[in-house]
Amino acid sequence: MLGYALRRIVGVIPTLLIIISASFFIVRLAPGGPFDQEQTLSREVRANLDRVYGLDQPITVQYGRYLNALSHGDFGPSYKQRDFSVNELIAQGLPVSATLGISALLLALGAGIPLGLLAAVRRQTSVDWGITSMVVLGLALPGFVTGPLLALLFGVYLQWLPAGGWEEAAPRYFVLPAVTLAVPVAAYIARLTRSSALEVFRANFIRTARARGLGLRRILWGHALRPTLLPVVSYIGPAAAFVVTGSLVVETVFGLPGTGRYLVQGAINRDYPLVMGMVIIYGTLVLLFNLITDLVYGWLDPRVRHE
Amino acid sequence: MRVARVNNRGDAVLSLEHLAVTFGNVRAVRDLSLTVAAGECLGVVGESGAGKSQAFLAALGLLAANGRATGTARFGSVDLLALRQPELDEIRGARIGLVFQDPMTSLTPHMRIGDQIAEPIVRHTGASFADARTRALALLNQVHVTDADRRMRQYPHELSGGMRQRVMIAIALSCDPQLLIADEPTTALDVTIQAQILALLAELKRARGMSMVLITHDMGAVAGIADRVAVMRRGEIVEVGAVGAIFKAPQHAYTRELLTAVRRTDDVLTLNTLDGSVAAYRAPVAAGVDHSDGNRAVVLGVAHASSPTLVLDGLRVDFKVRTSPFGKQRTLVAVDGVSLELAAGEALGVVGESGSGKSTLARAALQLIRPESGRVVWLGRQVDALTQNALRPLRRDVQVVFQDPLASLDPRMTAGEIIAEPLQVHRPETDRTARDAAVLRALDLVRLDRGLANRYPHELSGGQCQRVGIARAMVTQPHLLICDEPVSALDATVQDQIVSLLAELKREAGLAILFISHNLSVVRQLCDRILVLYLGRMMERAPAASVYARPLHPYTRELLDSAPIADPDVQPARLSRTLPGEPPSPLFPPSGCVYRTRCPHAVALCAERVPAWEEAEPGRFVACHRWREIAS
Amino acid sequence: MSEVSAKTTTLSDLRRTSSLWSKAAARLRCNRVATAAAGVICVLVVAAITGPLVSPYRVDSLDWEHLAVAPFGSGSHWLGTDRLGRDLFVRICSGLRISLIISLVSTAISLGIGVTWGAVAGYLGGRTDELMMRTVDILYSLPYLFIVIILTTLFERGSLPVLFCAIGAVGWLTTARIVRGQTLSLARREFIEAARATGLSTPAILLRHIIPNLLGPIVAYAALTIPQMILFESFLSFLGLGVQEPLASLGSLINDGAQEMQSAPWILLVPASFLVALLICFNLLGDALSDALDPRDAGGSRE
Repeated sequence: MLGYALRRIVGVIPTLLIIISASFFIVRLAPGGPFDQEQTLSREVRANLDRVYGLDQPITVQYGRYLNALSHGDFGPSYKQRDFSVNELIAQGLPVSATLGISALLLALGAGIPLGLLAAVRRQTSVDWGITSMVVLGLALPGFVTGPLLALLFGVYLQWLPAGGWEEAAPRYFVLPAVTLAVPVAAYIARLTRSSALEVFRANFIRTARARGLGLRRILWGHALRPTLLPVVSYIGPAAAFVVTGSLVVETVFGLPGTGRYLVQGAINRDYPLVMGMVIIYGTLVLLFNLITDLVYGWLDPRVRHE
Repeated sequence: MRVARVNNRGDAVLSLEHLAVTFGNVRAVRDLSLTVAAGECLGVVGESGAGKSQAFLAALGLLAANGRATGTARFGSVDLLALRQPELDEIRGARIGLVFQDPMTSLTPHMRIGDQIAEPIVRHTGASFADARTRALALLNQVHVTDADRRMRQYPHELSGGMRQRVMIAIALSCDPQLLIADEPTTALDVTIQAQILALLAELKRARGMSMVLITHDMGAVAGIADRVAVMRRGEIVEVGAVGAIFKAPQHAYTRELLTAVRRTDDVLTLNTLDGSVAAYRAPVAAGVDHSDGNRAVVLGVAHASSPTLVLDGLRVDFKVRTSPFGKQRTLVAVDGVSLELAAGEALGVVGESGSGKSTLARAALQLIRPESGRVVWLGRQVDALTQNALRPLRRDVQVVFQDPLASLDPRMTAGEIIAEPLQVHRPETDRTARDAAVLRALDLVRLDRGLANRYPHELSGGQCQRVGIARAMVTQPHLLICDEPVSALDATVQDQIVSLLAELKREAGLAILFISHNLSVVRQLCDRILVLYLGRMMERAPAASVYARPLHPYTRELLDSAPIADPDVQPARLSRTLPGEPPSPLFPPSGCVYRTRCPHAVALCAERVPAWEEAEPGRFVACHRWREIAS
Repeated sequence: MSEVSAKTTTLSDLRRTSSLWSKAAARLRCNRVATAAAGVICVLVVAAITGPLVSPYRVDSLDWEHLAVAPFGSGSHWLGTDRLGRDLFVRICSGLRISLIISLVSTAISLGIGVTWGAVAGYLGGRTDELMMRTVDILYSLPYLFIVIILTTLFERGSLPVLFCAIGAVGWLTTARIVRGQTLSLARREFIEAARATGLSTPAILLRHIIPNLLGPIVAYAALTIPQMILFESFLSFLGLGVQEPLASLGSLINDGAQEMQSAPWILLVPASFLVALLICFNLLGDALSDALDPRDAGGSRE
């Protein structure tokens, strides 16, 4: 198993390289340069800027220099926010986004799995209908609808939680954003868990377990749970990807200083290093989550594990 | 419907009275009344859909969600049908044990074997986990699982099918139940392993004085163990009686029909006593089929006899296998050095169990898999080096019938479209009417009602689907037909019909047939020569009559001994002579003779050298170091 | 043989029994929830097409008299107006139209690419499969937002064809993965082997056997993809990258409404309700379709 993990980790590197290179060239495809939106600059100033940032060099040289800097962990300076390097910007925003993302994921799993199981066990009863309706609603509400609605309800009317903004690491500012982000993921996980559980209940080995006189609770936890969770585990990778992009909306709606806005603003402003930095972070995260998913899957299902 | 109560009520361990089971508007079981006496084994036989399993599942509260049961199921002093699930949980696994059909999927995949056996013990007897595991180990030994200590820590997928079924039996026995219900316990297993499991069940019944219900469609299995037999059909009992009476003097027409279907393919004993005469045998038909009626000869095409239809020479097929995504790659030799020749109008049976490589052989012969080495010759033309494109036109003459009748037909196409497809490929110039006419003729050939042509596969029965498969194969008038276990998935009566159909086609069209099967008795009806495979290697190849009368290879002998005979006077004794031993993994074949790990006659030489392929008698070949000593 | 042939000379004479499609349709009709959902979708589609024709107002006509009027407040503005006095009913109908068109075309694009990619990869297997799925994996790791942003800034913002391609380009990856999985299990079934043994060429097998058998899951998947496309388009509009003025999509309407949330909540709530209703109905219909087309339940009784 260890060998497999190592092989996979090593295999990530070429993928990452391709992502970096592809993004590098695609970003520069877009017409316009980083300094076009500024007020009209004189020729000399413009040429100076280009030279300082190395934009006057041929593109292959720029590529090489970028990769070189990258290998030292340097993402380069931000073209737009010139007081900061990309490393600094990411260091500012990443903790916020990471906290948001992880709490949303955990919330989604913590709500979705039990609800799905409950709906499966109480199939075709009012509990099931209730949960299924919630699932359908949850899947249909986009983040930029739920966000403002929740903010309105809990922030303005009930005044239980702040409607937006952010103070240094105060948990209550994360509650509404995390919930908003978690809702569609939780709904999907609930539905997935429910259908997976129903299929497992039909399996032969569950019938054998019943024939042995084991009670419902024992069968559910000991025999049915692990096979039920297999598809859910496979979904964690895409779920993480969703959370990362969804955080963009949530951060905007609730005014959180995360990394989400860097990507959009960076692309619009042609702030190449910033965009590249975000792409690399994003890509690494996705690949990492996929790896974790595979390993957890292997642990859950011994058939995959053994020689 | 006759209900014969041989024992009086007082003795009955389980008593079903007027049991009826429905699923929506489908009545699976109608007004069933049966008793199982203490210490007896009741065999419940019938074909699929007879409702035999449903009756007992209903009694134990294990029906699917939409099933409803009415009636009484008296176990001791309680009526099982009146109990709710938690109360049933006290009885299930503790006083009644169940063994199910498919050992592959019936064990929880992520729990270790030891834990799965120990769990009901802890639950029902309140023993500590450590005590339960000790008891589990003892149970594994009782069911003859080798290397029991190691097995306790393994997962189900690491065990073979036979092992898994033994584990299932151990679990069912874990709390010393009064009654053991075995629902088709041997159906998914190889024939030699089937014999072992049945022998085990017989032994357990004797040793524990336990009552048993054996539900099966296999009359031979019942003949070996049961004391009484109930015959079911379409949800009702048609006949009940002592096992001797049922087999020797069946009263009901359906029972007689079942027994005839089985006996016709099962007459090994008769052949032995007939002193090797080939009364049941037909010699290979000479090519140039004279005795077909004119019409059919036109339809079917007459075969040529100049050269053999199929030649396989030294065929070897390898697979690169990774046992798990984390493991390393190994080479699995599925077929090693197989050679055979098939003439027109001749049927060659290839017999072997799982892992013998027979299906791989079929695919290699069809060039659906490319062999590693060796020659494949169709109708005098060497094909193993040709590209798939070049092979395409030649496929007209070589067709195939697969094992699973439903899965071998495209569910989105009607029977007519399925049959017409080969014509579209090989004779694209035929117009619609000519094609339709050919399809209808093909339907007639396989004796299917023409009205079925516009049905979809899921609307046809298993036997009908298989006939469609044969019609599809025959529509281009091939010379060679390769049949990969074509009847294994069908009921006994239907098996009989399909094999007769194939025999007729062979006779009338001079069709050469390569018939792959794991069942020696089925092969007997059709084949002129037989090739026995084990772990991809040839063990024996000889004319059919001599194989049945006097097998030379120990493995052939074991296969014959394992095939159950539907005769209660003979079968119990045969069961007790079953050989133990599991087939080795094809990934790690034994050195020398691959059969030596199970062979009762193995000596040191067998481990050192691979036996040569010798001609023991004219036309008979065998690969065994000691065949001479064994034969005498 | 002779008496039967007199009556049935061709196969077309014989009565055709139920295919999987007609069985599925029957099952759908029985499902009341699905029928209701389909009904609502039809109503919405009709509204989208005819709404602007029925109402006296145009999409961009400004009514200075009735700024930010609540629904049913003033006679002719049935659903109220927004901050600039534009009639919400017309804008919503027009927005529905745009959203539906975008999602349908994008779904078609993503299905077209995804199904072909996935079926070919799944059927051919081996190296080709690995290569094709590696590509999918790599593309998956690129934030699609990023690509869409680049595309929309490369070309003019809000141009519909660009949006079609951008949104469609996002969806095909998941489609390809799912289709490949289905194809892998299909390709192992015996009827495919039988087709090869009959001598069918690979393209013929793909066209005649694999894809028709994939249609069931694909249709169900398409019904579930459409709402995702609508969502994604709204997401883009929220970022300002979707359709531009004077065109409106549900997403841009919601975006406008979110800014007025505290003072004139209906500007957000009315379009949002329509969006949610549309999405819910598509999801319900999609779920019902995938249940109805499940081949496992299609089997008749087997002896």
